[in-house]
Amino acid sequence: MCRGGAHCEKPLRGRGEPVADRPSGRRRPSAGTAADRNSRTGRPGRSFARLLPAVATAAALLTGCGPHYVVLHPVGPVAKSELHAVEMASIPMAAVFLFVVTLFVIAVLRFRDRPGNTAPYLPDWEGSRRLEIVWFAIPILIIAFIAIPTVRTTFALDRLPPAQDPLVVDVTSLDWKWLFQYPSAQIATVDYLKVPTGRPILFELTANGPMNTFWLPQLGGMEYTMPGRLLPLWLQVDKPGQYWGRSGNFSGVGFAHMQFHLDAVSPAAFTAWVAGVRQGDPPMTAADYQGLLKPAVVGVETYSGYPAGSFPTATHGFTLAGGMYTYPPSS
Amino acid sequence: MNTPLEAGRAGRVPLEFSDHHGALGILGFWLFLASDVVLFSCLFAVYASYGMRTAGGPTPMDLFHYGPAFAETLLLLTSSFACGLCVYQLRRRSRNGAAAWLAVTMLLGLGFVGMEVHEFASYVALGATWHKSAFLSAFFTLVGTHGLHVSFGLLWAGSLLVQLWRRGLNAVSARRLYVFSLYWHFLDIIWVFIFSAVYLAGRIG
Amino acid sequence: MSLLAQLFPPGVLRPMELGSDGLILLTVAGLLFVLTRYRKWGWLWREWVTTVDHKKIGVMYLVASLVMLFRGGVDALLLRTQLAAPGSTFLGPEHYDEIFTTHGTIMVFFMAMPLMFALYNAVIPLMIGARDVAFPRLNAISFWVFAFAGILFNISFVVGGSPNAGWTAYAPLTERAFNPGVGENYYLLALLISGIGTLASGINFLATILGMRARGMTLMKMPLFVWSALVSSALILFAFPALTVALGLTMLDRLFGSSFFTLTAGGMPMMYVNLFWIWGHPEVYLLVLPAFGIFSEVVSTFSRKTLFGYPSMVGSLLAITLLSFGVWVHHFFTMGAGAAVNAFFGVSTMLIAIPTGVKIFNWILTMWGGRVRMTVAMLWQMAFIPTFVVGGATGVLLAVVPGDYQFHNSYFMVAHFHNMLIGGVVFGFLSGLYYWWPKMFGYMLDERQGRWAFWLFFIGFWVTFMPQYFLGLEGMTRRMYTYSAGFGWTTLNQISTLGAYVMGAGFLVLVYNIVWSMLRGERDVTGDPWDGRTLEWSLPSPAPEYNFARLPTVTERDAWWHAKREGGAVAAQWRAREIEPIAMPRPTAVPFFIGLAFFLAGAGMVFSWWVVAAVGFAGVVALLVRGWFDDQDHEELSRDAVLRVEAAAGRLQA
Repeated sequence: MCRGGAHCEKPLRGRGEPVADRPSGRRRPSAGTAADRNSRTGRPGRSFARLLPAVATAAALLTGCGPHYVVLHPVGPVAKSELHAVEMASIPMAAVFLFVVTLFVIAVLRFRDRPGNTAPYLPDWEGSRRLEIVWFAIPILIIAFIAIPTVRTTFALDRLPPAQDPLVVDVTSLDWKWLFQYPSAQIATVDYLKVPTGRPILFELTANGPMNTFWLPQLGGMEYTMPGRLLPLWLQVDKPGQYWGRSGNFSGVGFAHMQFHLDAVSPAAFTAWVAGVRQGDPPMTAADYQGLLKPAVVGVETYSGYPAGSFPTATHGFTLAGGMYTYPPSS
Repeated sequence: MNTPLEAGRAGRVPLEFSDHHGALGILGFWLFLASDVVLFSCLFAVYASYGMRTAGGPTPMDLFHYGPAFAETLLLLTSSFACGLCVYQLRRRSRNGAAAWLAVTMLLGLGFVGMEVHEFASYVALGATWHKSAFLSAFFTLVGTHGLHVSFGLLWAGSLLVQLWRRGLNAVSARRLYVFSLYWHFLDIIWVFIFSAVYLAGRIG
Repeated sequence: MSLLAQLFPPGVLRPMELGSDGLILLTVAGLLFVLTRYRKWGWLWREWVTTVDHKKIGVMYLVASLVMLFRGGVDALLLRTQLAAPGSTFLGPEHYDEIFTTHGTIMVFFMAMPLMFALYNAVIPLMIGARDVAFPRLNAISFWVFAFAGILFNISFVVGGSPNAGWTAYAPLTERAFNPGVGENYYLLALLISGIGTLASGINFLATILGMRARGMTLMKMPLFVWSALVSSALILFAFPALTVALGLTMLDRLFGSSFFTLTAGGMPMMYVNLFWIWGHPEVYLLVLPAFGIFSEVVSTFSRKTLFGYPSMVGSLLAITLLSFGVWVHHFFTMGAGAAVNAFFGVSTMLIAIPTGVKIFNWILTMWGGRVRMTVAMLWQMAFIPTFVVGGATGVLLAVVPGDYQFHNSYFMVAHFHNMLIGGVVFGFLSGLYYWWPKMFGYMLDERQGRWAFWLFFIGFWVTFMPQYFLGLEGMTRRMYTYSAGFGWTTLNQISTLGAYVMGAGFLVLVYNIVWSMLRGERDVTGDPWDGRTLEWSLPSPAPEYNFARLPTVTERDAWWHAKREGGAVAAQWRAREIEPIAMPRPTAVPFFIGLAFFLAGAGMVFSWWVVAAVGFAGVVALLVRGWFDDQDHEELSRDAVLRVEAAAGRLQA
């Protein structure tokens, strides 16, 4: 029994039960419920409007080739490896998205509550063991496909390249500047770095103040700088040039200005630069160091020496054992 | 004898479970205890991480002595036993028995809190304040939180004594007494962990 | 420091703050005027301030969360306006830092959580066939404690100064040495106090669902929204104590000089990070699981079809709940935990995608073979599926640990979590709001206006956040108050800001929708406007104070749907002789005053006014003790009274 002009189709297949009567009690019973009004008009504009976000995203994607997309333009093995890991995972994820959205759109279009819809109506279809096993198993396989290389790359990135002598740079994040010290050369710089290409650089990271992260996106991922701890990060740059870096963890009002840049030069040029600094630039005095501890943004500085003890020794840090970082149990 | 209420009055079901609201209240309190377990677990985790971080100040070896810690343990465990006897009297529907043993529980608990306050004061007199090191911060917070829980429990027990005296034993007061005993035993268990992880472990190594 | 300087530091005297103060004063004055002019103080006291009725408490939570959505949204618009141009001076760094802090804190704690509790309170007892929650007075205490904590947080920009260390408030930035002033104290105290209310609600709903279901409603016959409330309440129970410890220890450091997260004396800031995220990750699942529950109800109702795969839906809820406690390190892969730990947590994070994927497929299959009606509630569900799948996919990309090394703290991450929180949680709660609104208020929200609000908000969301994924790839970090033009970030930022304003327009239409429908909306006369499937639709709209005149007996899932099929029109009616007197909990003012006492205690702690704080805490204890002596907390509703209400609603059989 149907009432009020609402659609009254009986399904062609399924249990054969009629669509349940909707309760009346509206002031204008002939118009049916609000839900019925919506479904009757069919709303074709919806499909078009739903494409809008997809179009916008595609447009944005097409610009991905620009040089500003630093994460997509790695200049060293670490960044390359990290980008590769993401790319490998993006493919199955994109496939999943496309599959789900396709299935979804088909369901919505095919089973709309429209008059004359001849699709099967199965109001009591509660489940299908087989289908559920399928879409439980397939995601497990996809995750396994992504997880195994992820684990491998994660371990690999903790390992310095063998048979290569890393250049050690001590990094201290301060409010709101970066102090870089080269223990092998006993020189220091503020807010910029010069490194040789083609050689792994081992950054020892710490903070004298709030936590920051040390991030050079074209060289590789970031690592936190934390007070009272020493964390290792190895990066390498293979292409000469200037690359920007910044802090990636909020540390106060000057945080947005914690930028620095890295000049990658040939090994010969690097050696020459070090020699030039040692001869030409003044050393950092204790007073200079205290000045750096004051909260302020300063410009680029170069020093030909630095006070002993201005960089913490590794009490809760790490050791290099066979080219791999190992963390002592007490940290 | 269909309903739990009738069964309760006839002594077949414990009085505190005899009305549905009472049973719900007890369930709710168990849930609260679960959350309190998580709270103390976090504090234990902090203490475990900070146990060695004495920053050149007093160490557990310097501060903790078996005597006072053992005395506190004795006091609290005995008060928990007294609390058990209180619930036994509750089962026997004896208002005076329950009140008497509740009073004993309170006295012993008061003794525990008193000893602990004295212990803390002695550390502060030695200059071992929580400002000094992460270890001391963790110690005072873990043991102090337990002590605050016990103190709140004493206040609760006091109000229960008054209720027993004024209103006697019925389903509601039985439930409140039972819930208090759950709380008291829980604090006892936490103390056993504290005694082991803080005082014993501190002296041994 | 003089009292005036403490209360009114420079940050509180900016033009924007003073202007907002003025607006608040005007609004409060207006409210006071209306209440006095129309003599509504008694009504306010009797019907709202002292109520223990879960339905009214739900409405109060709803009002609070909508007001907070407004404030959090304005914060967002301010942030986006500042970022629309490089080097903009619209907001200085201090101001910007305060605004992103309050934006995040308000949206998570004072908008999303109360909106969730609004829906729980409005509907859970009705869905399980109960007359109220397990502990009605505790329910009221939860609300007032939350409300006063929210007031405490919101007055920070009026007096004392806002917090400015982010909603995550990492040490040591929150230590006194780097953060003098009272702003962070507001953050800590407001959240600690509000956490008490949340924990109490978690206990309440767990006990309610476990102990008060209608006869015959076994766990596997409960509606899925009730299941999601059950697991979410369990998450509250086990996660919130960790937040209490994280914030509590920070408070001890700031106010009482302890050394938990200091730079010296052996403090370890990383301890804070671990404690915070052990809470933080379950928190986001706690918010999204009820949204999943709502979607299960909405999809099956508006497809006129039984939910597909009920047992595996329950299983995946349980799996997600358990797994959510095993992933927290993914919030700080870059903090040097080492490859083994990072790899473990990366894999555990990916595993959560599996039960979530099962749910998505089950929702799509629920529509399959049904008859889908595009009401506004269903539109939100339609929007959720593609949006959430994008968010989930980017989540898996973030779980790829080497990728996270680049993405951490970038706009890629910001886009991801907004994708999940808005596309999952907010879409879900708005769907529930449109779905259950007639049950709560007795009238429908206009569908046409609802569609405008939906499209503006949905399209606005995509335009705001999709560009942010690309900003992350361009190296833009979160929480930067400005950037230079040379990075090439300008265009995407402008697009994102435009989208934010479109979302704001959507919110305004939603408010208009609510107000218009209140005055002119279609009344819900039957109590079942959607041809629903679950027990709440068997009641009149709004439900009577006691909910069910006669407690129902249930034999299967979707009990109301089957009752209608078998019984037809008489399914919702009863005979007069079935009605008995009903014991109702009495209204009480104690919860309100407990909230007030907590407010005093909190305010005292914030400013280190120890006497005020002591008075506040003593007040809380005194009120609790008084509550212990209050045995007359029920009153009986007579049989005649019940019969009258039922007859007026047309529910008595002749």
